Parts: sequence; structure tokens; C-alpha cells
Amino acid sequence: MPLLSVNNLSVSFDTRAGVARAVRDVSFQIEPGRTLGIVGESGSGKSVTCYSLMGLLPQPPGRIEAGQAVFDGVDLLHISRRQLNQIRGRRIAMVFQDPMTSLNPYLRVGDQLIEPLLIHQKITRASARKRALDLLDEVGIPDAAHRIGMYPHEFSGGMRQRVMIAMALITKPDLLIADEPTTALDVTVQAQILELMQKMRAELGMAVILISHDLGIVSGFCDHVIVMYAGRVMESARTEELFYQTRHPYTRALEKSIPALQAKGRELYTIAGGPPDPFHPLPGCPFAPRCDHAVDACAAAEAAPLEVAPAHLSACLRVQKENLQI
Amino acid sequence: MMPESNVQTIRRIEAEPGASFWRDAWRRLRKNKLALFGLAVVVVLSALCFLEPLLCRYVIGYTYEQQDLALGPVPPCRAHWLGTDPLGRDLLARLLYGGRISLMVGLLGTAVSLTIGVIYGAVSGFVGGNLDALLMRAVDILYALPFTIFVILLMVFFGQDIRLLFVAIGAIEWLTMARIVRGQVMSLKQQEFIEAARALGLRPSRILLRHIIPNLLGPIIVYATLTVPEVILLESFLSFLGLGVQPPQSSWGVLIKEGAEMMEEYPWLLTYPALVMALTLFSLNFLGDGFRDALDVRASKD
Repeated sequence: MPLLSVNNLSVSFDTRAGVARAVRDVSFQIEPGRTLGIVGESGSGKSVTCYSLMGLLPQPPGRIEAGQAVFDGVDLLHISRRQLNQIRGRRIAMVFQDPMTSLNPYLRVGDQLIEPLLIHQKITRASARKRALDLLDEVGIPDAAHRIGMYPHEFSGGMRQRVMIAMALITKPDLLIADEPTTALDVTVQAQILELMQKMRAELGMAVILISHDLGIVSGFCDHVIVMYAGRVMESARTEELFYQTRHPYTRALEKSIPALQAKGRELYTIAGGPPDPFHPLPGCPFAPRCDHAVDACAAAEAAPLEVAPAHLSACLRVQKENLQI
Repeated sequence: MMPESNVQTIRRIEAEPGASFWRDAWRRLRKNKLALFGLAVVVVLSALCFLEPLLCRYVIGYTYEQQDLALGPVPPCRAHWLGTDPLGRDLLARLLYGGRISLMVGLLGTAVSLTIGVIYGAVSGFVGGNLDALLMRAVDILYALPFTIFVILLMVFFGQDIRLLFVAIGAIEWLTMARIVRGQVMSLKQQEFIEAARALGLRPSRILLRHIIPNLLGPIIVYATLTVPEVILLESFLSFLGLGVQPPQSSWGVLIKEGAEMMEEYPWLLTYPALVMALTLFSLNFLGDGFRDALDVRASKD
């Protein structure tokens, strides 16, 4: 049984300029202890998807139009705030993109770290503190006993992200959602943080949803990858299969856009055009105007992601109908 | 390469973990000479003013209302250190008594406005939406009411009572505080660490009390210290209109007003109250600046 099962999630934003359809009919599952990557460019709806799951979507202007997100038998999208607060921070935790602004500048690191413990478990301050110390040690913060009494501004970006991870993991959650956890960090620190997350995942046996726009990071970290574009799932497959037997032109285009070391001096491949306007969705496949393989039928009606190989979904009409090789 | 023990020692000196937020703040405040001066002045003056009954009895020898019409106004001398007014009342006694009223009005009025303003503004900004709109329109309406008429009505209906003065002043001053706090809360609410707190499953009340209010301390304290002098001046304005403190009671505002009327004949009646009041207001401002710096954990590089 999947730990989390998101079915047909659609989210819109009501703005002055009109209704922006940020997430359209997104479905995915994650099994306990597995890792799922969600990739896509800015505005593809990957963060909005996860914010909706955590009840962090500002409503209004955000609006969950349809869908379910069943976590361990409860639908996260349709439970009371009170019930949600029982789940988030305890069974589902989240790590945010920018560690510089995700910690309260007025609270000592230690006090922030033990906050989820204090509100979710019956535990004394002293033993919570002890747990925090152990965890800080484990996430690689040297001299934790001393550091625990310091304020966030006395930490570097990488250190803060380590603290954020420790804070997310302190209640031993079943699912960790990491929203671009390394985007704001230096490349060397990125690798350390990913390694840390991998280590903690293995230790706690939790499931991880990693949101990223970096195919490299996702391919190294995740069992399964979902590619999103314009709020929709384009392709979904096991990581290896996604890269070696790509079944969607958009995924292929993304792969071609990765700068390669050996191709020095050659112009970098870019996808022509820009992402579609979320206020005026096209009737057909959202990628059709930029797609090398598009035919008239692509622009006429949109195709839902269908299984084109075992556990491999693609939303490309031509792949579905003609078994197009990309 | 330093020996390990030296490294340890240096780390101990850098910061003392375990010290509370307030102890840290006090440590930073102590380094600020101007703020310490302000604190000393406020403490000493308050002590003198609140010990006024004892001082009058055993040190000065006159009470604030004791008249000596035969004596009349005399400049500062041995018997009357700060001189007397035309009714022969000792200025020092009156200054201390007036200080008690003024400081009490200032502090209590500010406390009232602070309490109402912070709660009102924080709730309004945090909840947002229709409630926010409703609460803020109420503030707009109260802003539009003429203050003097409000106070006159209060005094007419409930009689002249110094306690009503606190209520009246607090009821006016909290409006600005509420607006300031609301604005700050609205911008803080957008911060990622608030989102992170929500993702941890914190109740809204806990987020407000533990994550938002501490971040507001800076602006609140600065505004509060600016409010104290404002309230003291308001009281003197009301007294001037005959709505505030009634003779023979006095306040700094009353003394300055009386002194100003007779400044050509008896300059000491204006000079001393004005000096004491100016000193107090300066000190409060220094203290406010000091508090703001001391409570800002980020500004401290020590």
C-alpha cells in the first residue's frame, strides 16, 4: 500500500489577471521508504503540489479544485486544520529552499530544533535537548553542545540547512518533503547536504519527495522521477528508465540541455520558446508549441499520462498512439 | 596550530551558551553608555517622585499644597531649594508630586496603549481577510473622532478622575500602535520561517506568540518609548484645558504652563520643571534606543 497517494490534484490561483491553473490533474504515489523526485522548470507546479499537501497553500488566492492526497488512510486535502497539525511536523516534515530565511532569527537554534518535539510528543525539555544534541551531531554540526545555544545568524547557509534537516527529522517522520533543499547553497555544500539526506533516509527508513529543477541531483537521489511541465505530469518512471528509455520529448529536451563537460565550445542546447501562459492554457499538449515532434493532433486535445511501459507513464500523444521513439 | 585547550577557551569567550535571551540583552544594554545614563536618570527620578510623601515630610519640610501667602514667590534659597510660586508653595515639593502624576500617566497610558495596540494589531494582521478589514476600519473611525471631544465627554459623564485620564489617553494612543504592529505582522507572516513553523504543525496561537511577537519587539519598544513622552505632553495639554489634573494637584505639564505665564517675573518657575521634563524625555529616548539595540540579536556582533 502506498504511503502517500495523490490523485488528480488540481490547484488554481485566483488573481486579478484571471485564474492561473498552476497544477492540473496530477497523480502520483510513493511507497514507504522510497524516494520520489519531482523535476520541472520554474512555474511547473512542483512546489505548489507539495505546498498543497502540507496545507501551506495560501487560500485565497490559492484554491484546491479537485483531487485527493491520501496519506496513511486520511485525505490531507480534506481534514481539519487540527488533524493536519497532528500530521505535519510529526509524520510528514518539510525542508525548505532557503535556509537563510527558514529559521526564526529571534530564537536560539536549540529552541527551534526541539519545538516539534515539544508540541508533538510528551517529552521533557531536558530529554528533548539531549535528542537535539545527538541529532545535530549526526547531521554534521561540530561542537553541537556549544552551537545549540547560538542564534541562526551565527550559522552559515550550509549549517542552517543542516539544522533545518535536523528539525525536520527530530520527530522521525514517515515522509520528508524537500523543496529544492540545495538550490540556495554552494555546489560543494549541495553535495554534502544530499549525502546527509541520503544517510538520514537510510537510517530512519523514511520516504522522501525531492523537488528540484536539477536533473543531476534527482537522478542521483531518487528511485522514481516525475517530470512536470505547465502544471501537468509529462512523464513518470523509475529513474534509470526515465533517462535511458525516455518516452517524452520534453524529458529528452531537458536531458539535452544539461551542459556536458566534453562538449566544450559547442553551443548549449536550449528549448526554443517559453513555457505557456498559465492564465490561458492551450487546448492541446502544453509542450506542443516547443516540441520537435509535434503534429496537428498534439495541439488539438491534451493527452493524459498513460502507461506506455510497465510503471512508466507518458503524456505524449505520439508515444501513446504511434509508439514514437525519441 | 593552537593547542586544543586554547581553542576551547576561545570558544567559551565568544559566546556563553545557555544564557537566556534577557541576560544577553542586558549584557548588550550595559555596553551602551547613553542607555545606561538614561536608565539611571529614569530610575532616580522615578524613585524621588514616588518617595515624594516621605521626602516632603523629612527632607524638604513642605508639602506640595502647603501655602504661605505672606511669603509669596521667592527665588531658590536655603529654605526653598527651587524657590516658591506666588502662593508661597515649595516648587521642589510640587515638582516631585507633579512628576509622580506625569510619570504615572506616561507609563500607565503607554502600558494601556501597548497592550491594546499589540493584541489588536497582531490579531488583525495575523488573521487577515475580512476580520482584518473590519478591525482596521474601526481604527480608522476612531482616528477620525476628535480626541478633545472624546475626553470632555468622558470627564462630563464620569466626573474628573485621574484614572479616567489613563483610559482616555490609552484609548487614543493604541490606534497608532495597532497600525504599526499590524503592518509588521503582515510582512512577517510572509517570511519563510513562519511557513516552516506551520509545516511543523504549530497552532496559529503558538506561531503568533513564539515566532511573530518576539520579532516585533524592536519596533514595539521604540514606539513605546516615543509614546511615553507623547503621553506626558498630552496630559499637560489636557491639564492646560482644565480637563486633566486639578489644582492644588500638579503635574509637570501644569507647572510648565504656570511657569510660562510668569516667566518674566519668576523665571525659576519655568526653568526647573522644563529642565526636569526635558531630561526625562531625553533619557527615555536614549533608553528606548538602547533597548532596541539590545533586543536585536542580529545586530550584536559581540
